[in-house]
Amino acid sequence: MSRKVWLYGLLCLLCVPFVFPTWWMVTSSMKPISEIFSESLLPSEWTFSTYETVFRMQPFGQQYWNSLYIAVIVTAGTMAVAALAGYAFARIRFPGQNVLFVVVLTGLLIPSEVTIVPLFQMFQSFGMTNTHWPLIIVPIFGAPCVLAIFIMRQFFIALPPELEEAARMDGLGRAGIFYRIALPLSRPALGAVAIFTFLHSWNLYLEPIVYLSTPDMFTLPQALTQFVDIYGGPMWNVQLAAATMTAVPILVVFVLAQRQFIEGLAHTGVKG
Amino acid sequence: MTFWTYRRRDNLVGYLFVAPALLGSLAFVLFPLAMVAWYSLNEWNVLGGTFEFIGGENYARLLADEKLRDSLVATAWFAAGLVVLNLSLALLLAVLLNQKLRGTTLFRTLFFSPVLVSLVAWTLVWQLMLQPEGSVNGLLGVFGIDGPNWLRGETTAMVSVVVVQVIKNVGLNMVLFLAALQGVPAPLYEAAKIDGAGPWTRFRRITIPLISPTILLTSIITIVGSLQVFAQIAVLTQGGPGTSTTVLIYYLYQQAFQFHHFGYGATISVLLFVIVAALTLLQWRMRRKWVLHES
Repeated sequence: MSRKVWLYGLLCLLCVPFVFPTWWMVTSSMKPISEIFSESLLPSEWTFSTYETVFRMQPFGQQYWNSLYIAVIVTAGTMAVAALAGYAFARIRFPGQNVLFVVVLTGLLIPSEVTIVPLFQMFQSFGMTNTHWPLIIVPIFGAPCVLAIFIMRQFFIALPPELEEAARMDGLGRAGIFYRIALPLSRPALGAVAIFTFLHSWNLYLEPIVYLSTPDMFTLPQALTQFVDIYGGPMWNVQLAAATMTAVPILVVFVLAQRQFIEGLAHTGVKG
Repeated sequence: MTFWTYRRRDNLVGYLFVAPALLGSLAFVLFPLAMVAWYSLNEWNVLGGTFEFIGGENYARLLADEKLRDSLVATAWFAAGLVVLNLSLALLLAVLLNQKLRGTTLFRTLFFSPVLVSLVAWTLVWQLMLQPEGSVNGLLGVFGIDGPNWLRGETTAMVSVVVVQVIKNVGLNMVLFLAALQGVPAPLYEAAKIDGAGPWTRFRRITIPLISPTILLTSIITIVGSLQVFAQIAVLTQGGPGTSTTVLIYYLYQQAFQFHHFGYGATISVLLFVIVAALTLLQWRMRRKWVLHES
């Protein structure tokens, strides 16, 4: 019995730095600025004016939409590219396969920051700076996709081949086998890929600040740091309101689906 | 026999399936990498509009650059602090959550939740909490401790950046460890108990060896990840005070995009690539020594 009490006590204590920042972010965004540094856990008076200020100072709705649609396209695109390549590398035998796999895998060794200068030059010469193209194309086809390809390949290797062989006997072509049999079975792996791809895109910070220059094109992480007063000092409670709107919807989705979420990631054995 | 045998069609499908990933790798990974190597051999100032071949001069500058040396030291401290703290905390949390106890799912959710909070939002919140009059010092004050100005002291700034990053992401490693712990066969523990092994011995002699593949995997990902920490530094400390938290990636950003020295920035990129590639390959080689078995 005493062991249990001890364990619970330890867990609760360890929880504090994980839970308190989020709690503090949400409640302080509703405090008047004078109370930001007060020790109280709740505002003495609730104010939502900070939330109006967020939308007044920045095209925040537009920025929200930018982040959301970029993340959705990147997630869908990565799932498609990774499933196709992962399947081919795992199941199909074709000449030069191993060499091509190594070529693709080099992306794992290269942090995206290493190639940011030439990529910036490339997109500048296409006239694509201050557009969302670099934030969409590079993650889908470039280095961030490689981990997804690797996960899909590992999954397809572990998948028993009997079903596919039976379908082949029935005269289904390779593309049909992939689309009708293998792809539907790969849902757990695709789910894990979707989760970390979405989060990766949603959190992207260096790339937006390098490529984007006007507030209506900004994504959320970039927008969050833009709430400053006329003297350049940060407007903390407004930042917190914007941060709350960025973080809370994702947290809510997570809490609702946390079992699938965590177990999906754990069983894939690789994190994003 | 027609020309389009099953095997030929299979080959074609294979090439078509890998084509998007392959072309993407060539265009967005290998081509830029070659360009980085080329840029590093040139003096390229964007503002001045100059671009001229200077051979190894940037590399000579790299060797003589004291700020770069500071930056490598900061990077090493950051990576070491992050890996040690992240892995030990992740393992501790996983062991605690692996106990037969009600409510572990709730705690698992809570420990994991920072992973999902937008990175910049998380960093902004900690920036405020680490102010001299912020919540962290408020909490310390309850115990009669007069907390420092965390982000303005050289050591405390580094400690802050590491801790903020660990709490943000330790949930991922925790989940991987938890899955590994649940894969350790229970009879092994029973047998060891009968042989008189205490909890610590069982942990060291059974748990650690059996989850060593996971320890290796998480350490690789965490170390390589630690070299890519940019937003946290940019928001929390801007590399300061002095150069105490100017990790390599932030120094690269400063040189290329703040001072517009693209050539020298590319040289630092080459260095970063060499470090990441070397660390990854080294760890894969050490796998044979370290890891008891491969699943």
